[in-house]
Amino acid sequence: MASKVIHALYTDDDVLMDAVKKVRAEHYHIEEVFCPFPVHGLDKAMGLPHTRLAITSFMYGCVGLTVAVLMMNYIMIEDWPQDIGGKPSFSYIENMPAFVPIMFELTVFFAAHLMVITFYMRSRLWPFKKAENPDVRTTDDHFLMEVDAGHHDVNTLTNLLSDTGAVEVKVIDKEDDNH
Amino acid sequence: MYTLSNRLRLFSIILMVVGLVGLIIGFADRPGSIEEVKEMMAAHDAHGGGHAEAATQSHGGEHGEDAHGGDAHYEHVLHQLQNKPWASLYAAAFFFFMIALGVLAFYAIQFAAQAGWSPVLFRVMEAITAYLVPGGLILFVILALSGFHVNHLFVWADPAEVATDKLLQGKAGWLNGTGFIIRAAIFLGGWLLYRHFAVKYSRKQDEDSEGNKWYKKSFKISAGFLVFFIYTESMMSWDWIMSFDPHWFSTLFGWYVFASLFVSGITTIALMTIYLKSKGYLEFVNDSHIHDLAKFMFGISIFWTYLWFSQFMLIWYSNIPEEVTYFITRIEDYKLPFFGMLVMNFIFPLLVLMNSDFKRVNWFVVMAGIVILCGHYIDVYNMIMPATVGESWFIGISEISAVLLFLGLFLFVVFRALTKAPLLAKGNPYLEESKHFHY
Repeated sequence: MASKVIHALYTDDDVLMDAVKKVRAEHYHIEEVFCPFPVHGLDKAMGLPHTRLAITSFMYGCVGLTVAVLMMNYIMIEDWPQDIGGKPSFSYIENMPAFVPIMFELTVFFAAHLMVITFYMRSRLWPFKKAENPDVRTTDDHFLMEVDAGHHDVNTLTNLLSDTGAVEVKVIDKEDDNH
Repeated sequence: MYTLSNRLRLFSIILMVVGLVGLIIGFADRPGSIEEVKEMMAAHDAHGGGHAEAATQSHGGEHGEDAHGGDAHYEHVLHQLQNKPWASLYAAAFFFFMIALGVLAFYAIQFAAQAGWSPVLFRVMEAITAYLVPGGLILFVILALSGFHVNHLFVWADPAEVATDKLLQGKAGWLNGTGFIIRAAIFLGGWLLYRHFAVKYSRKQDEDSEGNKWYKKSFKISAGFLVFFIYTESMMSWDWIMSFDPHWFSTLFGWYVFASLFVSGITTIALMTIYLKSKGYLEFVNDSHIHDLAKFMFGISIFWTYLWFSQFMLIWYSNIPEEVTYFITRIEDYKLPFFGMLVMNFIFPLLVLMNSDFKRVNWFVVMAGIVILCGHYIDVYNMIMPATVGESWFIGISEISAVLLFLGLFLFVVFRALTKAPLLAKGNPYLEESKHFHY
């Protein structure tokens, strides 16, 4: 089954932000906005739920910290204790300051890398994936707002979008299973 | 325009009076002779009962054999207790001064970076820096008294000590009363000069914003001031803080003190902004401004910890006697304030201010801010007390009174300065951007 969507293109992020607010105020459903760069506050304006990426990042950081503690405890205390600088390493807590840089680095390493991987998986991005953005100009200097036109009058919606400062408005018949 | 309420005025005056009375009692209570110290310590031991008796017995036994036993120990304690009110006065005077200085540096950075988010907060910052004038003068007097050995805060200021100390003789070219006072005058003079002109240009820009003539001048002096500041702040930290332990040195000490004063200053801006907003002023300040200040509080707290740890770990690891003694004194005699400060200045802000949403909740920021300010007072305390009071420290009447005195003076001066100009710097070219600042 084909559904009707409208693509409105903008050339400025401030104009786009205002347009998103206006379109939402008229109770139209914005399916997606494609941007060449991140626009601050766009997620809030679109009414998207708060991202849970920060929570996963915190948990990954805790995992990294745990890994660092267990690893250093095994390497430096249990498996091969040495006397470094007059500090025999028989106790983790007494040698802890020396391990802080490793604990810090692994916390950051785990948090950053696993968060990026989570982000890719969550946004269904992987190598050689075919681009989903409907217009190649959104990778250059245009912003594209995709509005669902299924149960609405196309003409009123088109006029509204033109009034919000869109430089181009197109009606698209979209196949549901084209991606 | 802000008007100083009578309640706030009265509150600050009461704080000053209570603080002053307490401080006078603190100075009057100092033991005058070894006999008084013995009496005090005997009275203290009697309170402890059987346990103390056992402790003194074993203590006394050791001391009998000790070459330095006898009255030398009591004389040592006497000097420490005589120093105590002076040291607490110094710590409190420096702490409130460093808040104002941190705000001044933050203010200059806003101009030099041409920041667009912060102009709505400029009048709050200008008011806080007003404390630099009285705070700086008081600090200058205390420094002069200490530098010329009216009290015994600085070991290097005591000619008898220097005569027997080779290291102090070698450093006497830098660490002497005259040079100390000349440098203090240059530091304070430069900072006050910048403060005077920055505020003047900011007010002029309100009256005549045509062509942003005054704004451009503010930009230039702010950039110049920051260069002057980072050198003088570093030297100030050697002179006013690090020279309490004149045998010891750390090359990142200037940065360490800078992080402390910077985070205290930013926290004070946030607390004052939230207070004024709760009173119905500053209607143009929104949650995003508070959010940004809280981000700075969080970030600079981490930065402070980074510097604290960088200093600590290298010294702990290399374990060189003349260096490591600094931390051994603190860990042995100051365990609670030393580790408590780490919890208050690092772990608490880290956990409380990490969540993005919490940074927009005003009472959360206030709670974190109060803990951070207390933590940085203890940081200053830890830097000053071990070398002046040593193991005879306790938070007594003179410490609390000194804090109350300068807190009262700070509130009085800052809120009075706030009434002098409209709360919105309406001539600033970035004002519109700042008003519409959102996250």
